[in-house]
Amino acid sequence: MTRNRKYVFYGLIFVLALAAPFLAPDYQTQLAFLWLMILFALTWDIMGGQMGYNSFGNVVFFGIGMYTTAVTQRNLYFEVEQYVSVSGLVDAVTPSQYVTGMFLGMGAGAILAVFIAFILGIGILGLRGHYFAICTLGLTIAAGETAGGIDYIGGGSGMVAPVFPLALGEKGIFFYYVLMTLAVMTFVVFQRLYSSQFGLAINAIRDDEDKAEAMGLHTTRYKAVAWCASAFFLGAAGGATGNLVGFIDPLDVAFAGSTFGVWMVLMAILGGKGTMWGPVIGAAVFHITQELFWTYLFGWQRVALGALIVIIVVFFPKGIMGFLHHHWPQLFGQTVDEASSSEREGKA
Amino acid sequence: MSMLQVSNASKSFGGVLANRDISIEVPEGKIIGLIGPNGSGKTTLFNSIVGYHPLDSGSVRFQGSEISKMIVPQIARLGLLRTFQQTRIYGKMTCVQNMQISIPHRNTNIGHMFAKLPPEVMEKADHLLDFVGLFSKRKLLAGDLSFGQQKLLEFAMALMNDPKLLLLDEPTAGINPTLINGLIDRLKRANADFGITLLVIEHNMRVIMNLAEHIYCLAHGELLAEGNPESVQNDQRVIDAYLGAH
Repeated sequence: MTRNRKYVFYGLIFVLALAAPFLAPDYQTQLAFLWLMILFALTWDIMGGQMGYNSFGNVVFFGIGMYTTAVTQRNLYFEVEQYVSVSGLVDAVTPSQYVTGMFLGMGAGAILAVFIAFILGIGILGLRGHYFAICTLGLTIAAGETAGGIDYIGGGSGMVAPVFPLALGEKGIFFYYVLMTLAVMTFVVFQRLYSSQFGLAINAIRDDEDKAEAMGLHTTRYKAVAWCASAFFLGAAGGATGNLVGFIDPLDVAFAGSTFGVWMVLMAILGGKGTMWGPVIGAAVFHITQELFWTYLFGWQRVALGALIVIIVVFFPKGIMGFLHHHWPQLFGQTVDEASSSEREGKA
Repeated sequence: MSMLQVSNASKSFGGVLANRDISIEVPEGKIIGLIGPNGSGKTTLFNSIVGYHPLDSGSVRFQGSEISKMIVPQIARLGLLRTFQQTRIYGKMTCVQNMQISIPHRNTNIGHMFAKLPPEVMEKADHLLDFVGLFSKRKLLAGDLSFGQQKLLEFAMALMNDPKLLLLDEPTAGINPTLINGLIDRLKRANADFGITLLVIEHNMRVIMNLAEHIYCLAHGELLAEGNPESVQNDQRVIDAYLGAH
């Protein structure tokens, strides 16, 4: 793709994305969730796809951001008891309080998530392969159970986010643009990261970490940065999502390992892990399919979702982008050079 | 001046004594050979030198400073690099990318992580790929290359890192015999033109006799003989070790 055509392509997608909530007003919340899914897939892919560290623990940072934001919103303007008594009421917070609290909370959540990713990373990023995957799976479960045991954040019965003030207009549109901004930021920042030495280094770690160490790479440094980048955007997105959902359950919303935690892996794999657009495409296909299941196969939606997961893993092990790479390599001049493909045959 | 000095190095794995009291010396600017039958402890010695596992006793000094307590990436950043017997490259990256990430990481800070690679790196990568004869394959995935080509790529990656001392673990194993002469020539040029000291493990006697100025021979984890190629080649103990007289 030439440079100009690329910018036209990006421009079209951007305009379509800006207009989407007005084109499909009935689906604003669903479209907001679509951006969240794209963000999930992108932030998982930097670890699992680009660096080869299959993390089932990324949802921990999402939950941390969600709780941090809710606590910030509560503690900025209320005492805990007072908040419990008014939290279900409409217009208990003013629009400016709501917005200030949410964005401060998202920032605090993102920073706390990065901090925790760094601390955890020092401890467990030395694990390789399956051991890392199992360990992160344990982290998710531990985080959910721990959050359910802390009364300050509502314990097992969860926490309520402030009610969205009527004066701010449609809730769906508001969160659509918040989550869209976060997902686009994630895409742009990651694309910049992948084009630098960092991108090459984490690819090298994926392909052969022992070799990378033997060549003198600061592997620990790169791995920690990748996890922190992932945690930053997940933390911020968690804060927004907590407010969008309204109710923060420790196991089903915040640290939802069996839904969000698994979906982020599936979406990245479906689209093609280790590619820039793969996670975006995978998230879109997965989210739309899943919503269709809920609408048209109600009662069997979980079964259909399970079947979809099996189909993804069996028939698209390299994802949609991997499938395209395999069948139309000429579209991706970067990996298979026209000039040398004849020599490549000559080698055999 | 000696580039690398290994003194009385011993290493055992459980009950197996892989290296016992080995002392070798690699002077700066030379090509030194390390030979021995299979299982004689050559690769174990390499691994001990580059920090893969700690020594049980003994010392390893690189350019005068003790490195036996350092870890692999630290030693690599000092300029002591090794290639692997089982060739290791980054299979899902292109050859050029393999080269780009192999730049020396000696003086890097956090800022370098996020910087784009300077054009000099591209030029150097192209130049070295040309040096090993892989220029036309530079945009192919490294994993799609043949085994011999991967060995050449690994060698080029090592050169990209500007090492002072390069440990090569069987550089000609699996390479087409007609290409071996070209490889010997390139190893000699790396030594002469780029000033890289080489320590080479090799099973192919013709190669090592051509290449090395001084040869150490290991057998059963011990240093059996050392000397110039002719004397080692004619040493009765070395011949016995290779023919299984022990």
